[in-house]
Amino acid sequence: MNYQIDFTLILNSLPVLLRGLLVTIQLWIPSIVIGFSLGFLLALARLARSPFLRIPSLGYIELFRDTPVLIQLIWLFYAFPIVIGVQLSPFTAALLGLALNTSAYSAEIFRGGIQSIVSGQWEGARALGMRHTIVLRRIILPQVFKRMLPAFTNRAIEVAKMSSLASVISVHELMYQGRLLSSAYYRPLEILTTVAVIYFILIYPGSYLSMRLGRRMAARS
Amino acid sequence: MSESILRVSNLQKKFGSLHVLRGIDFAVEPGERVAIIGGSGSGKSTFLRCLNFMEIPTSGTVELDGKTLGRPISDTSDVRQYPEAELCQVRERVGMVFQQFNLFPHMTVVENVMEGLVTVKRMKKPQARERALTELRKVGLEEKVEVYPSRLSGGQQQRVAIARALAMEPEIMLFDEPTSSLDPELVGEVLRVIRQLADEGRTMLLVTHELGFAYHFATKVIFLADGVFHEVGTPDQVLKNPVQEKTRTFLNRFSEFSF
Repeated sequence: MNYQIDFTLILNSLPVLLRGLLVTIQLWIPSIVIGFSLGFLLALARLARSPFLRIPSLGYIELFRDTPVLIQLIWLFYAFPIVIGVQLSPFTAALLGLALNTSAYSAEIFRGGIQSIVSGQWEGARALGMRHTIVLRRIILPQVFKRMLPAFTNRAIEVAKMSSLASVISVHELMYQGRLLSSAYYRPLEILTTVAVIYFILIYPGSYLSMRLGRRMAARS
Repeated sequence: MSESILRVSNLQKKFGSLHVLRGIDFAVEPGERVAIIGGSGSGKSTFLRCLNFMEIPTSGTVELDGKTLGRPISDTSDVRQYPEAELCQVRERVGMVFQQFNLFPHMTVVENVMEGLVTVKRMKKPQARERALTELRKVGLEEKVEVYPSRLSGGQQQRVAIARALAMEPEIMLFDEPTSSLDPELVGEVLRVIRQLADEGRTMLLVTHELGFAYHFATKVIFLADGVFHEVGTPDQVLKNPVQEKTRTFLNRFSEFSF
């Protein structure tokens, strides 16, 4: 065991890796924001009384949850243009794929959360004359949010790492740059370890904040 | 015809194949205090819950101020549908207190009482707070206003729930077994508050197993059995000199262990 770690290589690769990191962030943040928002609407559709809302939303959710993300990205990039006649850029295709996939998962988180609230909460609010949407906004969702925070944190972390799959449709994000550099220099150990450390530094603060927030909310009430 | 605030005609409620209410005609007169008693499964809670549409009646009509609510789903049907706006109007005027309190756990006591005032009555927050504090003082909880419900005893939670309903200034108050989930030593504090409301001349309907309280509280007692009004009368008539055999059997079960 006399493997020499090439620290100069790590330092020299940093600018390129950080450029990749920027793209990763550009994929990650919008896809969770879009995904969670869309997921909320999907959950409402899934819980709706009308079968015209319920059944399509169920189909959508299952389609995106039960197939590999990698194939979803490839499909959006290569097959989607044939269907709709518009060529998406690799970045747009990846963002779309990640957002849609996230929406399917978060719809189920929202649905589970909303259903976990006992019916007495709905009744207590309705008995005051509150409308359905107000009950949802003022009474149900604030309680749901607290319960869902751990699940959403998990999802957000998953998406950060899932964004590395965008490298297969050559989006120049962190993993793409890492793989490129490691095959160029034949030093995968240095480069990929550095990539892992960068992912950790990217994800950990959010995870920590979510834990703190969860504790603060538990302390109240 | 009369001044009744709320009137139901041929009210029926089915849950699947279970026929809970089998045609009830009833009117609430202003100032009246009605105690509804009956065995478990007799439909007494369901009846109360139909009055503010916590349950939608399967058939029959509900009139508020002489105006029939909802509209038939077709010209020939006696099944009605109720737009949300109409239901909200009824519920604003007919307050309800539940067996399980149903306070909002993410809000403090005063926020619980303010919620309906702000979101339904569109009151400004400072005014809503004033009103809420007045109601909380009335139920003796002025010292707990900034506390979350989970820190209160069952009796205190139920008093908050009463204040929350009262703050909306309902014309009728419905109490659905308000003391059934309380420890025996906490029942008194809740009944005293309800008694106090009775003394103010409020119109109230109470589903209860506290027959002694019903006797002193009510102007009218209804014994519900098998989804119909089996016996109706003054507390003396129904609780002391019941005519119907079923009413007697029911009342006897209560006196079995008295001393």
